[in-house]
Amino acid sequence: MPDTDYEIYSIGDAAVTLDFGNHIDKLLNRKALAIQQWIFTNTFPGLKDVIVSYSAVSVFFDPIAIQSLSPGKTSFQFISEKLKTAMKLTGYAEEGGEGSVVEIPVCYDSEFGYDLPYVSREKNLSTTEIIELHVSKIYYVYMLGFLPGFSYLAELNERLVLPRKPKPVPVVAGSVGIAGSQTGVYSLNCPGGWHIIGRTPLKLFDAGNSPPVWLKAGDHVRFKPISRDEFDHWV
Amino acid sequence: MSLSIIKAGLLDTIQDTGRNGYGNWGINPGGAMDKYAAQVANMLVGNCCTAPLLEIHFPGPQILFEQNALIAITGADFEPMLNDEHIPLWQPVVTRKNTLLHFPKLNKGSTCYLSIHGGFCAEKWLNSYSTNLKAGAGGSNGQPLKKGDELNLKESTIYFAGLLRENKNLRVLPWHADVRSVYDDLSEILVIPGHEWPLLSEDSKKDFLDKEFSIHPSSDRMGFQLKGAELCMCRKIELLSSPVSFGTIQLLPDGQMIVLMADHQTTGGYPRVGHVISAHLPRLAQLRPGDPVKFKFTDIETAEKLLNMHDHQLKILQRACSNRLNELVC
Repeated sequence: MPDTDYEIYSIGDAAVTLDFGNHIDKLLNRKALAIQQWIFTNTFPGLKDVIVSYSAVSVFFDPIAIQSLSPGKTSFQFISEKLKTAMKLTGYAEEGGEGSVVEIPVCYDSEFGYDLPYVSREKNLSTTEIIELHVSKIYYVYMLGFLPGFSYLAELNERLVLPRKPKPVPVVAGSVGIAGSQTGVYSLNCPGGWHIIGRTPLKLFDAGNSPPVWLKAGDHVRFKPISRDEFDHWV
Repeated sequence: MSLSIIKAGLLDTIQDTGRNGYGNWGINPGGAMDKYAAQVANMLVGNCCTAPLLEIHFPGPQILFEQNALIAITGADFEPMLNDEHIPLWQPVVTRKNTLLHFPKLNKGSTCYLSIHGGFCAEKWLNSYSTNLKAGAGGSNGQPLKKGDELNLKESTIYFAGLLRENKNLRVLPWHADVRSVYDDLSEILVIPGHEWPLLSEDSKKDFLDKEFSIHPSSDRMGFQLKGAELCMCRKIELLSSPVSFGTIQLLPDGQMIVLMADHQTTGGYPRVGHVISAHLPRLAQLRPGDPVKFKFTDIETAEKLLNMHDHQLKILQRACSNRLNELVC
């Protein structure tokens, strides 16, 4: 990917980001994942975390520890060099095949999908059409963020694209939402700005589990509609 | 072997220096708001600087020590008292069993730290004892402390009763930490420019650097909302979510800013105006609603130099405290 544009900049004195720009692009995300993996594999004292987002990868570190690794350079310079090396030496993270699609059961019952009427009016679609469009695609997990276990899935069928709510409102854990080209499941009770179209009985975050999250960047997801009865009796 | 919460404070949680490495699961590092004060508190009582301790807001709790203990209070000045005696901040104190620690008055600052020699027994989650309130894990069952809670303490080999005079409930030990260089001039905060800084309007850029902002009352461990001049971008942009850090200053749609604090979300999609330097996070964390704040730009070299100075001070303090404690108990 030698001609891909990217920028390296600091987010404070203890983190540096390599950014491919504001794009939802699976290839860029898989490159970000490859860079992340390379840095984890070629770790160094003072490395705290390497976080992947849609089209960027950020390295978090302890500047004091990095300083002693490379006196005379700032930690920004040291980490930038690592990122540039990773850029050159990596390909793309491997993509899981069809067999590794995670299925998330969703009940689109009107009690759970209370924003369905709004989406229906805005997009001129029936509830049935909305559900059909939502379940008929395999989505790619670009990143986790915002909350423990909250996964950003894209891209929605363009007929479902609409802006998020102007102000967040309380949302119940398990709620399935859409906003922009994204869809996802709220993993905890919290304020949220996405339009809620259903609910899953799955716990996408459980502090007692190892790992505590169900999904990770690079996974593929399909939503499967279930009845209210199945939801209530889900084990 | 324990202490008990006789009266809960506004928000008392077990914290340490945080859990790193879980951002890809949406789990933020968390930990103490003022990590400098937290580390000093631990060093003063001879603990490892990452030991779990209590982070206290005002109004503070009332805590009964059910055994003799060596403690230190650092950070905000809530006028700590053991029974009816004042105790100093930034200095280790031996306290007798059945004394009550309480905080009658807010003098200065926002978060105060209570360390205890040996450390608290707390729930470790993902390599850290700090309390993640959203996840409900770590610390004390992932919850703030409440009335009736009992915290167990690790066993100590120090015979504290031998350090206390017969008719006294406490003894202030003769060493303290000088932290003036960290907290002096609370109102000027140094900042590295953010990626979206060039996209601010010229007027907004002037306002950010020239005007004074204040901490809004609806500030908390996740973020300090700022009140002041309305800023705007010179063109509208929609950003995809990307990682943010403790100290990131975001511009919200209503033109006001928020500074992300210890419990910040791992990612955000608002324009990044700037990032507070690590060396100024302690003084930032001690700001209260209504306090003024003025920002000034700096560069990475200066930010690192200041952080190095803090680190140097902490290393000296740790050695000194360790030596003094050893002399005392041997």
